[in-house]
Amino acid sequence: MAVGKEIRTKIGSIKNTQKITRAMEMVAASKMRKTQNRMQATRPYSKKIGQIIKHLAHAKAEYKHPYLIAREVKRVGIIVATSDRGLCGGLNANLFRKMLAQLKQWQNENIDVDVCTIGSKGAGFFSNLQTTHLVGQISKLGDTPHLSDIVGIIKIMLDAFDEKRIDELYVVYNEFENTMVQKPGIQKLLPVMADEIEHDLTGHWDYIYEPDAKDVLDNLLTRYIESIVYQGLVENNACEQAARMVAMKSASDNAGNLIGELQLVYNKARQAAITQEISEIVAGAAAV
Amino acid sequence: MTIHVDIVSAEAELYSGLAEMVFAPAELGEVGIAPRHAPFITKLRPGEVRVKISDSESHPFFVSGGILEVQPHLVTILADTAIRAKDIDEAAVLEAKAKAEQALADKTNKIDYATAQAQLIQAVMQLRTLDRLRKRGG
Repeated sequence: MAVGKEIRTKIGSIKNTQKITRAMEMVAASKMRKTQNRMQATRPYSKKIGQIIKHLAHAKAEYKHPYLIAREVKRVGIIVATSDRGLCGGLNANLFRKMLAQLKQWQNENIDVDVCTIGSKGAGFFSNLQTTHLVGQISKLGDTPHLSDIVGIIKIMLDAFDEKRIDELYVVYNEFENTMVQKPGIQKLLPVMADEIEHDLTGHWDYIYEPDAKDVLDNLLTRYIESIVYQGLVENNACEQAARMVAMKSASDNAGNLIGELQLVYNKARQAAITQEISEIVAGAAAV
Repeated sequence: MTIHVDIVSAEAELYSGLAEMVFAPAELGEVGIAPRHAPFITKLRPGEVRVKISDSESHPFFVSGGILEVQPHLVTILADTAIRAKDIDEAAVLEAKAKAEQALADKTNKIDYATAQAQLIQAVMQLRTLDRLRKRGG
C-alpha cells in the first residue's frame, strides 16, 4: 500500500540513527569504566608528590624556588584540556563558557592570556579567539594518553614562566563528580601556593639534598605540575565518556519517542486510507 | 624493623608495602635505604630499584629516572614513565608549537566573544575536514 511511504522512510532513518546512538552509548559506557580506573590510578602519584611539596614548603629550605614566589600578574598562561570529538553533550561548551567568564575578567584587568590546548575542540575554539594567544597545541591523544604526550605543552608554559613572560599558570578541565555531573574547574598551578597547603609538621627540619636543592626542587616542581595537568587530562577524559554516554542515552530515548509518535501517525493514516476505501466501495455498491 | 615503601608513577601505582631495605640508582651513585634513614631527597638515574622484603625475597622495578624521597619510616619513589632528556622534551615543545600555528592558520574570520560560541562548531568541522584532507593527501 502506498499510504505513508514518507513516514515509513522517516521511521526507518530514525531507527538507524537510534542504532548508532545506542552503539555509541554502550561504547562510551565501557570506555568510561576504563577511563575512571585510569583516573584512580593517577591519584597516588599526585597525592605523594603533593605531600613532598608540602614537606618542602615547610622544611627550612635554604633555597626558595621561583615557582614558589608570587609576583605581579601581567600575563597568565592557561592549559586547557578538551575532548577530541564532539557528541558529548555540553561538556566542552560548559568548559568554554566558564573560560570566557574568566577571560573577560582578565581582560578587564588588562592581563594578557597565553593558551595551550589539549584536544582538537580546544584548538578549534581558541584559534578563532582574538583575545588570547594560542602558543601550543596537542591533540589526538586517544583514550589512553601518556604523560610523555603532554610534556611539550607544559614545557612551553614552564619556559615562559621561567623567562617571566607569564606570571601565573592555570589548568582548566572538567572535574568528574559522578556519571551525571561534570563540573568545569580552573586550578592554579603556578606559583605553587605553599601557604595554602596545610601545615601539619611539628618542628623544623630539612632534607639532605643530592646533588643540591635547586636541582632536586626544579625536577620535583616540574613533575608536580606535569602530574596535575596529566591528572586533569585523564579526569577530563573520564568526563568526556560519561557525558557522551548520558548524551547518547538521551538521544536514543528521544529517537524512541519520535519513532512512537511517527508510528501512531502512520497507523492513523493507514487506518484512514482503509476506511476511505471501504466507504468508497460501499458508496459505489449502493449507487449500483 | 621495616620501612614503608611506595613506588608510584604518574600513570599508576606500582608498589606499596613494607620492606627491610630499598636500593635505588641515585644520581650520585646507588643508595641503600634502611629504616630510620635521615630525611633525604635525590634524583634517580634510569636503572633498577630493588625492594628487599626479606633475606629471601626482593622485588625489582625498572625506573627510567625519577625522584627518591626518604623520611625515617617512609620511602617514596616517584618514577618517571619515560626516559626524560632535554632534547626529547625540546622536540615535544617544537611539535606543540607547530600544531598551535597550524590551528591559528585555519582561522577564517574575525569574531568576538559573543559570536565565538556560534562559530565554534564550524571551526571544529573545518579543522576536522582539514585533518581528513591532510590524511588523504598523505
